[in-house]
Amino acid sequence: MSLTLAASSAPQNVAFGIIAVVMCVAALGVVTMKNIVHAALALVMVLAGVAAQYILLQAEFLGIVQVLIYIGAVIVLFLFGIMLTRHPMRKTGEYDNDQRILAGLVSLLIFGLLAYLLTDQFRGDKLHLGQPTQTSAIADSIFRTYVVGFEVVSMLLLAALVGAIVLARRD
Amino acid sequence: MPITEYLLLSAFLFCTGIYGVLARRNGVLVLMSIELMLNAVNINLVAFSARLNDAAGQVFALFVIAIAAAEVGVGLAIVLLIYRNRVGVNLDEIDLMKG
Repeated sequence: MSLTLAASSAPQNVAFGIIAVVMCVAALGVVTMKNIVHAALALVMVLAGVAAQYILLQAEFLGIVQVLIYIGAVIVLFLFGIMLTRHPMRKTGEYDNDQRILAGLVSLLIFGLLAYLLTDQFRGDKLHLGQPTQTSAIADSIFRTYVVGFEVVSMLLLAALVGAIVLARRD
Repeated sequence: MPITEYLLLSAFLFCTGIYGVLARRNGVLVLMSIELMLNAVNINLVAFSARLNDAAGQVFALFVIAIAAAEVGVGLAIVLLIYRNRVGVNLDEIDLMKG
């Protein structure tokens, strides 16, 4: 990603490169940090970077939704989960299991395969970013073409809400 | 700008998530890694939405965000339940169903 940074000087490319590098470092932090709260904060950086990429891709509504739902709600849920499951007596640190090397090999293999296939398939395919996507276009698409999916998602959210309450309730 | 940059970024995030799911043993950290993978998919969807000039990709990204929120809620409830019934949330100690 950063290799192509020097080749073109459009401000969008520069912004993409900086945000992408920050996101990659923060993502590595999420999976390697020894402190679980720090891992959650690194996840915040990744999610904020994703929101910034959405805005660079001119999907502004999605960027706002990303900030509201992920950084606003999901991270708070994670922090609550960390707070409620931390064992006060146990020593912190050992959050990795013993298959780290194997996991690294597997993910490197998959990344290599994906990178080869994607660059092979989409070489020279340019994004032509014109006008930002209108939120009304997304609304039209949701409530016209994908209204069934929307209803299914709303039922799923309700079921997940009830299920989470039933699971976590102390009785 | 080339679409491959976005695709490679997304592939990197996805593979980092795979590593996290495989190498972490804390339940909350595994859920965080799953979030990384879901976000990688969302970047792909939005990039192709911009490439094809079609809002459908963004609609699917919204669906993925909603389902990820539901997944985190239920997942953390399950982790809490495991924590309460057993000693910790280390996933390699949860082997009741191992034969």
